[in-house]
Amino acid sequence: MDKLRSATFSRRQTLGLIASVPLIAAGSRAEAKSDITFDELYGKVSVLGLEFSEKVKQLNGKDIAMRGFMAPPLKAEAQFFVLTEIPMSICPFCSTDADWPDDIVVVYLGEKQTFTQPSQTIEVRGKLEMGSWTDPETGFVSLLRIRQAEYATV
Amino acid sequence: MRTLFSALVATTILAGAAQAAEIYPLDRATILTGSPFDFKAEFSAVVKPEDVKITVNGQDYKAALGKEVEFVAEEKNKDKVLGSAVILRGVTLAKAGDYKVEVSAGSETKNVTWNVYGTPEQAKAKNVIFLIADGLSVAHRTAARIMSKGMTEGKANGRLNMDDVPPVAFVGTSATDAVATDSANTMSAYMTGHKTAVNAIGVYADRTPASLDDPKVETLAEALRRQTKKSIGIISTAELQDATPAAVVAHTRKRGDKAEINGMLFDVKPDVLLGGGSAYFLPQATAGSKRKDDKDYIALFKEAGYTLATSKSELATAAGTNTGKILGLFHTGNMDTTLDREFLKKGTVSKFPEQPGLVEMTKVALDNLSKNPEGFFLMVEAANVDKMSHPLDWDRAVVDTIEFDKAIGAAREFAAKNPGTLIVVTGDHTHGVSIIGTVDDDKPGTEMREKVGTYAEAGFPNYEDKDGDGYPDKVDVSRRLFLNANNGPDHYETFRPKLDGPFAPSIQNEKKEYVANEQYKDVPGAVLVTGIIPKSADSGVHAVDDIVLQAEGPGAEGFRGYMEQSDVYKGLAEAFALGAKQTN
Repeated sequence: MDKLRSATFSRRQTLGLIASVPLIAAGSRAEAKSDITFDELYGKVSVLGLEFSEKVKQLNGKDIAMRGFMAPPLKAEAQFFVLTEIPMSICPFCSTDADWPDDIVVVYLGEKQTFTQPSQTIEVRGKLEMGSWTDPETGFVSLLRIRQAEYATV
Repeated sequence: MRTLFSALVATTILAGAAQAAEIYPLDRATILTGSPFDFKAEFSAVVKPEDVKITVNGQDYKAALGKEVEFVAEEKNKDKVLGSAVILRGVTLAKAGDYKVEVSAGSETKNVTWNVYGTPEQAKAKNVIFLIADGLSVAHRTAARIMSKGMTEGKANGRLNMDDVPPVAFVGTSATDAVATDSANTMSAYMTGHKTAVNAIGVYADRTPASLDDPKVETLAEALRRQTKKSIGIISTAELQDATPAAVVAHTRKRGDKAEINGMLFDVKPDVLLGGGSAYFLPQATAGSKRKDDKDYIALFKEAGYTLATSKSELATAAGTNTGKILGLFHTGNMDTTLDREFLKKGTVSKFPEQPGLVEMTKVALDNLSKNPEGFFLMVEAANVDKMSHPLDWDRAVVDTIEFDKAIGAAREFAAKNPGTLIVVTGDHTHGVSIIGTVDDDKPGTEMREKVGTYAEAGFPNYEDKDGDGYPDKVDVSRRLFLNANNGPDHYETFRPKLDGPFAPSIQNEKKEYVANEQYKDVPGAVLVTGIIPKSADSGVHAVDDIVLQAEGPGAEGFRGYMEQSDVYKGLAEAFALGAKQTN
């Protein structure tokens, strides 16, 4: 659990694109400047490392909204959940190695909310935070978080 | 007969009740002469060191094993005491023959017999090219042939490269702890000559929870370094730390120890290392890293004299350099499939557009490794055959099988010019996949299920290869092969190639159960297929069926009939004469 990083891109991201088609059609709210998508997280992608995009850097510490899917919670009592671009699907391809999809954002809720089905698109609002952080309770390492967050299904 | 039967029953019950000691290497282990291994005996009780008795062929063990064991009073799993143990690392046995090892302490006794084998003094092969398609099942081969070459009146219109490499053995792939298997223990058996447990690589799986302290056995790469001056190459379309490439060099109980495995790759320093998995080379401060320390393996490999390539064009440049050492990293994770890379541009190809294919990597490796007059060992893995069979994405699995076949073609071309080259072609385990006929869009109606043609109704598929590149011009033809798995999670069968990206048949719900991915529900004609394996399973699983092994060239006669996976190592060791020192 502690080896998780929100880092590289997953081969499953294209499925996310498919998934987002009905979502855009159904979306009733106009896109605001503070909205950010999974596609906008990284400016430079290379074998030798990734760099956060200018947009992420600019929005660091600001209130934002982001859409995605809630991965099933690590532990029932966890104070956070992982937002993924596509629903949590086949991940490891093997027996021991539960690598997460690489492209994740960790969401710390301001107040407790009921968890939703992983196939349900949600919109998370909260303060964007960039930089390495290890969750003291779980040891979960994240590079990008949304703090004091709340979410709603869309 | 009755007496014998009851005697057997009595023995079994006794063995169960007494919780006898365990010895590693296990009974019936086969060990190359002079090859280092760790000896361990585990007792189920806490015993006194003076009560431990160990004999080898009836004599006190110190004569045969060379040194004194280390006594561990209490092995623990968290707070639970597991019992005492003795361990002796780096044992070697120089003389061939059977070794009966007997261990006792208090009421516990255990004996095992190891077979230690030598090899001829003279190598039969200068080079070995070991080509492995992960998960390669007979259906993948058949589908690749039909998709690539076509079929008329029941006869194939052409032959794959692999069709001309003689099939010589059926290989049993079961693990030491289960009839079923995974790529860690299977490749480990090939690369060490010892069978081990699921998820383990280069070690016997002991009872302690730590994954890096298990009794080690020597890997082929280590044996080559010890006995020869041959070059070593490892190519995979997976992460280089993934089970199959890892097993050439690594030792861990847990294949998931990828950051550590990367360090083990560096320890052995294969001369050519090409594939994905750069995330484990990057220090933790670099975004994209999957390490939890500050080690920068890119810098370390460069300091060790490697030329780095991170794209197709850089690989071509690196091929022309004379350093003799190439590190090619083309993806942070697993590389994309051939279908995505070359045709559909889906998966992660937009992020990593410059990935080379398996054939290019194989050619560069062969050019480079063959500069060593002492010869080489090259392992080539087509990883996506397995990685796409798990999510039941048969088109991607089969197109990658075609690419694998082209890599075999490159290897055979090399062997034709370099006659001292042994070629081995195999998989590491199978999948529960079969071809049952075709899907024909032009059959009447809208129900896709009714468009499945079986028996005479199947007809022949209408793939075309007008550009002659060996790949079908498109996979979504109107009458296509219908492949199916005999197991899987709940999922929607769409009867169509997944043109938008690799299939994700199931997703996890809040109860951590995998349910059918609703995303495919509305594909016209999609049918819900209820899974038949536990709901914790995200994808189709490996099959226990034997796999086919093919071999040609000097030393190919070392592979015959039914073989345990661990026996394959003996064939390689004999071909290379690894029982004999060749570094004078």
